[in-house]
Amino acid sequence: MKLTLTEEQEMLKKTARDFLTDKCPKKFIKQLEESETGYSRELWQEIAELGWMGLAFPEKYGGGSMNFLDLAVLLEEIGRACLPGPFFSTVILGGLPILDLGSEEQKQEYLPKLIRGEKIFTLALTEPGYPHYDASSVKVTATPDGGNYIINGSKLFVPDAHIADYLLCVARTKPKDEITILLADAKSPRINYTVLKTIAGDKLCEVVFDQMPVPKANILGRLNQGWDAVQKIIERAAVGKCCEMVGNLQRVLEMTVDYAKERKQFDRPIGSFQIIQHYCADMATDIDGARFSTYQAAWMLSEGLPCTKEVAIAKAWTSQASQRVVALAHQIHGAIGVTIEHDLHYYTRRAKAAELAFGDANFYREIVATEMGL
Amino acid sequence: MDFGFTEEQNKFRQEVRNFLEDEIKKGYWKPACDAWIQGFDPGFTKRVAQRGWIGLTWPKEYGGQGRSYIDRLILTEEMLRYGAPAACHWFADRQIGGSIVTFGTDEQKKELLPKIITGEAYIGLGMSEPGAGSDLASLQTRAIEDGDYYRINGQKTWTSGGSFVNYFYLLARTDPAAPKHRGISEFIVPADLPGITRISMIDITGTEAWNDVFFDEVRVPKKYLIGEKNRGFLQALHQLDYERSGMERLMGNYPLFEAIIQFAKENKLSRNPVIRNKLAELQIEFEIGRLFIYRVAAVMDEGRAPNWEAAMSKAYSTAFEQTLANVAMQVLGLYGQLVSDSKLAPIRGLAAHSYLSSKGYSLQAGTSEILKNILATRGLGLPSS
Repeated sequence: MKLTLTEEQEMLKKTARDFLTDKCPKKFIKQLEESETGYSRELWQEIAELGWMGLAFPEKYGGGSMNFLDLAVLLEEIGRACLPGPFFSTVILGGLPILDLGSEEQKQEYLPKLIRGEKIFTLALTEPGYPHYDASSVKVTATPDGGNYIINGSKLFVPDAHIADYLLCVARTKPKDEITILLADAKSPRINYTVLKTIAGDKLCEVVFDQMPVPKANILGRLNQGWDAVQKIIERAAVGKCCEMVGNLQRVLEMTVDYAKERKQFDRPIGSFQIIQHYCADMATDIDGARFSTYQAAWMLSEGLPCTKEVAIAKAWTSQASQRVVALAHQIHGAIGVTIEHDLHYYTRRAKAAELAFGDANFYREIVATEMGL
Repeated sequence: MDFGFTEEQNKFRQEVRNFLEDEIKKGYWKPACDAWIQGFDPGFTKRVAQRGWIGLTWPKEYGGQGRSYIDRLILTEEMLRYGAPAACHWFADRQIGGSIVTFGTDEQKKELLPKIITGEAYIGLGMSEPGAGSDLASLQTRAIEDGDYYRINGQKTWTSGGSFVNYFYLLARTDPAAPKHRGISEFIVPADLPGITRISMIDITGTEAWNDVFFDEVRVPKKYLIGEKNRGFLQALHQLDYERSGMERLMGNYPLFEAIIQFAKENKLSRNPVIRNKLAELQIEFEIGRLFIYRVAAVMDEGRAPNWEAAMSKAYSTAFEQTLANVAMQVLGLYGQLVSDSKLAPIRGLAAHSYLSSKGYSLQAGTSEILKNILATRGLGLPSS
C-alpha cells in the first residue's frame, strides 16, 4: 500500500496545473460557457500536442502508454481548473471504450485521430424520462436494413454532441431487442441536435435520430451483448467524474481557507473562530474521503480488478460530500460567494452537474446494498 | 498509488484470522464490542505475545519485529473484526512502548520493552485529571525531586482498565514556575507502589470502564522519568497522535456491524428500502473511515507522526461508530432497547450496549472538537486567534 503519487505523476500534475492556470483563467471559461461550441479549438489543439488526449492509450496509436491512474491525476487538475470542452467526452466516453471494445481496424481508424485532437467523440446513452442507467431505459432502436442499422429515437443529456464527429450510440438492436453500441457519424443530416442550457454551462444535448443509417461494420464490441460494456463505460465515467470533483473541491477548500484567513470581522480573521475552523475541518475530511475512495477506484480500474463496489462507494461518497463542501464554502464566504464577481460559482455549478452525472448517491447506494448481499 | 497489500501481508492477515478463529472455536472468549479496551484477558495477551505480535513495529534490537505500521494495522484490524479481548496489552503496544522507544533511556528500554513484548506489563494512562480534560496542560499532579526519587501527589481520572494494570503512565508537573506546557514530565509508575489508591468508575453501560487513581506521597525512582524533564507535554502530544491513529476508532463496535447486517438479511428487513439505504450508507461510511486509517498508517510508515491526519480519522471514525449504533437501534425497533441478559434480546444485546457505550467514543483520546481544532490549525493553517 502506497498512497502518494509517483514522481512522474507529480510532474504531470504540476505541468497540467501550470498550463491550465496560464491558459484557462475564469474570464476565458465564462466566454466558453457563453459560446455556442463550448470549447476553444486552439486550446484543444494545444492539449492534444501536450499529449493529454493520448495519455492513456498505447503508443502504437500515438498515445503516451500511461494508465488510468495517471489519467485520474490529469482529470483532477482539469476539475480544479474547471476546463470547459469535450475532453471527458472524447477520452473517457469515446476513446477508452473504443480501445476496450473495438476491433484492431476500428482502433487504427479512430484512435490516432482522437489522440491528435482531430476528432471529437461522445457517448449517446441516456434518454428522456428518468432513467437509472439500466438496460431497460434504452428505447432508441437500431433496425437492420441491408448492410446498415437504421437508428431511430431520442437521446438526452449527451455531452458535446453538437460538436462531436462520432457518437457511440447505445441502442436496442432488432429483432432481438438487445443492447448494442454503434459508432455513428455525428455529422449525419439524419441527426438533429439541440443544446440544452445547464447550470454548469457545459453543453448537454438532445440528440434525435431520424432514420439514421449506420453501417453494420460500425458495431463496437458485441452485437446484442453490449450492456456489460456500457456498464463498464458508466463505471469508468463515474470515477472520472469523481476525479474532476476531487480537483474541484480541493480548490474550493483552498479558496475558503484563504478567505477565512483574510476576512476580518470583530477585529479578527473569521478563520480564528472555532465554528469556521470546524466547518473547514469537515470540508477537508469530506474531500479526503472523496480523494482516497476515488483514487482507490481509479487504481482498481487501472489494475483491471473488479471494482463495482469501490466505484459505487467513490461516487456515492463524492457526490454527497461535494454538496456538503460547497454548502459550507458558501456559508463561509458569505454574500460575496453568491455573486458572479467571485469565482466560487464556477465550482458550485460544476459540482452539482458532476453529482448528477453517471449516477448519484442514491443510485450507487443501491449498488452497494446489492454488493453487500442485502 | 497502490491500494493493495503484498502477498506477505495477505498471508499475515490470514494467519491472524486463523489464530483468532481457533481461539473462538476453543471457547477461550466470545467476540465483543469494545473488547480492545474492556476485554482484560491475560491468557489471550500471552498467546498474542508468544506469536511476536506485541511490539510488531518496534526495532528488532529491543525485541520488536521491525515491521511496518500497515502490518500492525492488519493485525489490529483483524483483532477488532473478531472482537478479541486485547485490552491488557493494547495501550502499551499502541503508544507507551513506542514512546519509550523514541524518548526512553537504554535502561528503560531494556527494563520495560521486554515486559511489554512478553505480555506482562499492562499499562494504564494517567493523563486526564478532574480539572484537566481537553486542556490537558493545566494538569496539577505534582512530582517533586527528592533524592533518587520523585514524590508524586495528585489525582488522575478516566484511566481505562485502571484496576487491572500493573503500571501507570503518568504526566505530572515538575516545574510549576514554567509556562504550563513546559513544566510537565512523563513517568512510568509501577502500580504497586505505596500511596496509590484506585477507585473504579462505572460507565453508562454498567461496566467498570475507568478508575480514579490517587497518588499520595508516592515515591517513584528517578529512572522512571521518560525522556527529558519538563518536556513531557511535547512528548505526550507525539504519543497522542499514535493514540488516535488506530482502527479501534472505527471498529470498536464492529461485531455489531456484522451482526446487524446479518440480522437484516435473515429477517428480510433488508428488503425495506429505507433500511437498505441506511445499511448501504453505513457500509460506504465504514469504507471511507478505513481508508482514512490506512492513510494514517502510511504516514507513519513514511516516518512521520500522524498529526492532523490522525485527528481527522479519529473524529470521523468515532462519529461513524455512533451512527452505526444508532442505525442498529433503528433497525431493531423496540427490541433494540433490550440488554444482553434480557429475555428476547436480539443479537446478544450488542446494539443496546454499543448505543450507550458509543457516547464516549468521541470524548476519549481528544474530543472531536479538539481534533477538529487540530485539523483546522495544523492541517489547514487557520489562525488560533
